[in-house]
Amino acid sequence: MMNFGKQTIRFQNKPRVLSGYSIVGPKEASGPLDPYFHKRLRKDDFGQRSFEKAECKLHMSAISGAIIAAGLTPKDIDVNIGGDLLNQIITSSFSARELDIPFIGMYSACSTFGQSLALGAMLIDGGYAEKVTCSTSSHFSTAERQYRYPLELGTQMTPTSQWTVTGAGCTLLGNMGGNIFVESATIGKVIDFGISDANNMGAAMAPAAAKTVVQHLLDTGREVSYYDHIVTGDLGIYGSKLFLELLESEGIHAAGVHKDCGEMIFDKKQRCPQGGSGAGCSSVVFNSYFLHHMSAGAIKRILLVPTGALLSKLSSLQGETIPGIANAVSFEREE
Amino acid sequence: MLSKTQYLELDKRIAPKSKEGQTLWIAFLVGGAICMIGQGISDVFSLILPNADEKVIGQITSTVMIFLGALLTGIGVYDRIGKYAGGGSIIPITGFANSVVSPAMEYRSEGVVFGVMCKMFVIAGPIIVSGVTAAIGVGLIYWFIGVL
Amino acid sequence: MVLTYLKVFAVGGALCMIGQLLINLTKMTSAKILVAFLLLGVLLEALGLFDAIKSFSQAGITIPITGFGSTLTKGAIEGVKEDGILGALTGGMKAAAAGLSSAIFFGFVISLICKSKTKV
Repeated sequence: MMNFGKQTIRFQNKPRVLSGYSIVGPKEASGPLDPYFHKRLRKDDFGQRSFEKAECKLHMSAISGAIIAAGLTPKDIDVNIGGDLLNQIITSSFSARELDIPFIGMYSACSTFGQSLALGAMLIDGGYAEKVTCSTSSHFSTAERQYRYPLELGTQMTPTSQWTVTGAGCTLLGNMGGNIFVESATIGKVIDFGISDANNMGAAMAPAAAKTVVQHLLDTGREVSYYDHIVTGDLGIYGSKLFLELLESEGIHAAGVHKDCGEMIFDKKQRCPQGGSGAGCSSVVFNSYFLHHMSAGAIKRILLVPTGALLSKLSSLQGETIPGIANAVSFEREE
Repeated sequence: MLSKTQYLELDKRIAPKSKEGQTLWIAFLVGGAICMIGQGISDVFSLILPNADEKVIGQITSTVMIFLGALLTGIGVYDRIGKYAGGGSIIPITGFANSVVSPAMEYRSEGVVFGVMCKMFVIAGPIIVSGVTAAIGVGLIYWFIGVL
Repeated sequence: MVLTYLKVFAVGGALCMIGQLLINLTKMTSAKILVAFLLLGVLLEALGLFDAIKSFSQAGITIPITGFGSTLTKGAIEGVKEDGILGALTGGMKAAAAGLSSAIFFGFVISLICKSKTKV
């Protein structure tokens, strides 16, 4: 069915990246990627009464930031595709309530950004829309209470755990303008290799990421070296190690080109055992660091592979293992 | 690609482990220190109330310790201690207070009734249920032996 | 005096260390750890061993949640002695009332005053 192998779509009309915007919390802003972010919060409650409201405001700011950066107004946007980690994706839908733009809500945990970009590119490529915003967000304090424990409970982070990124990112795709375009996208399958520890999400998602990347390379007939970087979403330090092992077992040597947003966003001193995670992780890193270097021409081709762990608090308590998903989106720069 | 079993074995083999020795010592030191504070409170009250019996002193001590645990949770200190101390700050009675107060504070944003009152025991509930049930069980056994 | 405090420190610390060992080995969450130690207290009291340890280490065993388990159990046993089978039901809660009520009361008051803050 797909026009480029089994799971991959190649876009004929080159949907363009018109702008990208990233907004992050104070902890992310004190990390190594600080110079690239568009906006940093001094306090992560963003002046709101609850952390949920704060995340919503973050999400909205990212969308309006991207629209303004492209020199457009909300009226110019045909569809707003967004997602987040909260139950019933309230962050995205409540942002959409304020924006007056037709809305498609998405959920595939931390892989939502990849899914939104893929769908956005399809809409534009098919001629169904001209301008689409693709946004995701996450917030440490909302994710913590939904998936784990109250903030004030004195628990320890286990050595494989990751820190949910507080931040939102938005990419504005359009049918013309700009020299970075979405070249192809590979829709991932849900893969479960039997990891059951909810604090070991890197390991739960690594197989999905590896399968999607292998399929992408197979479908397109490319070598890893085609890309300057293969960028996974939030596998973290340990998950990345497993991801590379899995690719090794397929005879693919990706260590040289692989980068992980979760690994990049915090440095070791920040005490996040394996790095960052969350739906906002890949979107803030892509919209800041990678778009910056692509527009500057330092990076020409990347394969962005946001990864998601599809668990809920209930599924863990019912003894379910953690399924993972990864969607790959390929970006190229046109000279 | 690796099979599921191979993958799980790999994960088991190379997954990062906690720094065992270090965490144990911190738990020991913090836990021991909290118990000494408890002993101190109990000794002070024994001096103030020389005629009070041991039971009353014990009740006062746990009330004061619970108050301290609750207060430190409220001002955002207990979770920082817990980050390093782990078991050292979970197991003392102050840790019980922490597990009652932290959800109560957390769910304040959902209102006083459905937030604070409903969610206060989401973490400490099992402690009360298991403790009360076990104590009743022991009492019943005790009664049964007495009857025989 | 100093010796007492050393014993308190050693026994209390050792209990917490065992708890930490359980966390490291089994990834038990704090609620489960607390339940395990509480039941240990119940068991020690039921077997009549708690008082012996208590006379040795005092707060070292009563401040950890084991003390709460012991209080509940001791209350239930004493209740049986005084009121028969009804005492098994009422005794435990009666004895532990100070701890329980204060946790509920302080928890409620503090939740009204203080706000959850992000971890750093």
